[in-house]
Amino acid sequence: LSAAPEPDAVVAATPASRLAAYVRGGGVVVPVLTTLLAFFAGGLVMLVTGSDPIATYEAIWKGTGLQWIFPWTTGDERALAAVNLQQTLLVTTPLILTGLAVAFGFRAGLFNIGGNGQYIVGAIAAVWAGSSFPDMPAFAHVFISILAACAAGALWAGIAGVLKATTGAHEVITTIMLNWIAIYVGLWLFGVGGPLQTELEPEIPKSADVVEGAKLPVFWGEPILQGLHIGIFIALAAVVVFWLILNRSTTGFEVRAVGFNPEAARYSGMSVGKNYILVMAVCGVFAGLAGSMDVLGWQFRLATNDIQFQLIGFFGIAVALLGRNTATGTVAAGLLFGALISGTSQRNLDPTVFDPSLASNLTYIIQGLVILIVSADVIVLALMARARGLFGRRKPPEPAAAEAGEP
Amino acid sequence: VSTSVAAASRVALSARAAAWVGIGLGAVAWYLALPPILLRTAIPSLLIAAVGVAAGAYAVREGRRRLGWIAIVIAVIGAIGAVVATQSGEGNLERVFVWSALIAAMLRFATPLIFAAMGGILSERSGVINIGLEGMMLMGAFFGIFGADLLGSWFLGILVGVASGAVLGLVHAVVSIHLRADQVVSGTGINIIALGITGYVFIYHYGDQGTPPDVSQVPNLTIPLIEDIPFIGEAIGTMNLLTLTALLFVPVLTVYLFRTRGGLRLRSVGEKPRAADSVGLPVLRTRYLAVIASGALSALGGVYLSIGLLSAFSQNMTAGRGFIALAAVIFGSWRPYGALAGALLFGFSSAVARRLPAFSDSTAVLFEALPYVLTLVVVAGVIGRSRPPAAIGVPYVKE
Repeated sequence: LSAAPEPDAVVAATPASRLAAYVRGGGVVVPVLTTLLAFFAGGLVMLVTGSDPIATYEAIWKGTGLQWIFPWTTGDERALAAVNLQQTLLVTTPLILTGLAVAFGFRAGLFNIGGNGQYIVGAIAAVWAGSSFPDMPAFAHVFISILAACAAGALWAGIAGVLKATTGAHEVITTIMLNWIAIYVGLWLFGVGGPLQTELEPEIPKSADVVEGAKLPVFWGEPILQGLHIGIFIALAAVVVFWLILNRSTTGFEVRAVGFNPEAARYSGMSVGKNYILVMAVCGVFAGLAGSMDVLGWQFRLATNDIQFQLIGFFGIAVALLGRNTATGTVAAGLLFGALISGTSQRNLDPTVFDPSLASNLTYIIQGLVILIVSADVIVLALMARARGLFGRRKPPEPAAAEAGEP
Repeated sequence: VSTSVAAASRVALSARAAAWVGIGLGAVAWYLALPPILLRTAIPSLLIAAVGVAAGAYAVREGRRRLGWIAIVIAVIGAIGAVVATQSGEGNLERVFVWSALIAAMLRFATPLIFAAMGGILSERSGVINIGLEGMMLMGAFFGIFGADLLGSWFLGILVGVASGAVLGLVHAVVSIHLRADQVVSGTGINIIALGITGYVFIYHYGDQGTPPDVSQVPNLTIPLIEDIPFIGEAIGTMNLLTLTALLFVPVLTVYLFRTRGGLRLRSVGEKPRAADSVGLPVLRTRYLAVIASGALSALGGVYLSIGLLSAFSQNMTAGRGFIALAAVIFGSWRPYGALAGALLFGFSSAVARRLPAFSDSTAVLFEALPYVLTLVVVAGVIGRSRPPAAIGVPYVKE
């Protein structure tokens, strides 16, 4: 894993430049230290509440199925690991995509906190397209459903982009509001008596099922046992697209330029407003795609509970921040959180070692801590600077000193 | 010159009056179609609403943009409401629009919002964005009932809950003030951590049983004289101690923010920290206290949920109320009375949403989205721009 360091060295008081400073300030060491710190804190929580952290983490590790990659895992153990790893990658897929949705915004100087809403409208569009048109040919149906989800996500996020471009409304506030509006629209659509609620079971608040032809093919494991669908490759392809847009296209150059310094970009003839709309729309495409992967890949329907208690957009923030908003970093962080979530899930964690319903809350604590520590990476950088000081004095990096109290 | 200023202010005044008339007409238009008047034709309502729109438009043209647009929107909503109401059955309307019950429910729904919104105002007025209101409220909700259960008294429960919110506020303060983190990121982390901590301790301590049903509850107060007045008594004659506290806190905060030295200092730290620092104000300490106080207040809102309104805790029970409070802060332009108005309006929309299933089961839930839609409209500046404190979100570095 190599978090490609950015060559650009611009110091300005925008979030993007600060984040660029983070990237240069610690490379891959800071995220790793952050993760270790958060897991250590999680271990302390277990210790205080009378569980054995080492045994628990071992059980969680077993639950992730990641030991499958080691050739010495054989026999039954390997078969179980394979099943668990399928679950891990199943969860990783939308995490990578919502991570990209946040990371792309950050690279353009926008804080897309609305991944959750964009994911939900994407899922809604996918379940609608996937459960309608029963006679469509399979390939076209999958394609159309995914496209509908991407378009829905782009439109939803685009609202925030348009508002920012035309009225200057801050995207943090607008995307938070759009998150909740998306949730209530979903509750309305699939609630009892709602327009998209299933006709087969009128008393259950859920959508109709996605038809066979619109389901993503399973390539590893049993389709009935929730095997791994091809979405993980779609997510990886999206990562490549993300990298290409940012690093190999004029659009990406403009996007980053606006992120670093909107004023300078404006003076050099770029349309800042147009860029905001474009960036938000791209963010929405990633998050909407994530929604379609879950709906077409393994859920096949949306219940109001899936919508109401959805947190994946917020996990996407953790993924993007831990992955330093880079392509490879997002994949690595997505896999880490995917493993953590599936390793602590009801299905994968050994309940004799640790209660899974406790473990899923432990996951929240660890993820929240990761976000806090990453955001306050002065701690980690200071620790590193001190460690470096032991091996010869060098000037410690000063990440956030550029911005003063006034603009 | 002075006469033209006077003339201008007279025009502005009458424009303002026109806007208020527009708002009033919009409300009347809807009211006519509801119990107890219950007109079965929408025509009078539509005529009145049209006058309301005209009054709003006049106000906009005379320079009262914000208020004028609000009048237009309310008049249009009133007209739509009246049309919808005349299309619905009388029995249903009478079941939903029991005004005294609606007002009582509005206050119940608004209480946690008011507390958290006042907390949000304190924090944001000092220059620190607080997205973590939701998490701080959740902490209060759990640790409030946890404390009340373990210590056997609702009062101690309040103290424990408030303390837990203050601690989370302290974390947000350290991370975003001292460590100069991005405040939105920090707030997001706070929310997720709070979800984890409360869920973890809840399951660890109570397991599948849930909180016990006999936890000591914050008492309801019956207000002696008001209780006996026919309509008003039913609406506000009996209310929870915390609801009353919330309502009384709003004027207190207003006086503090705008009429005391401490409030002036707090605001100056949020607007021009460099200038505040140069005259010797402790910028960082002020912000710390404001953020900790905002955690404590949000938590008090949460305490109300678990041992005031209900007598139970469930995982993630705040369910977005912290964000609605944030919306109320923005909706009310970072002013206590504005935020109170927002909280009451959002509380009212929740109250109506809970009663609407009487005749339209699925659409009722859309009412719950109203706070977010209105806030979106307000931040977009369609009906006047809501302006945040100048130095919000910017960490302060002493020179």
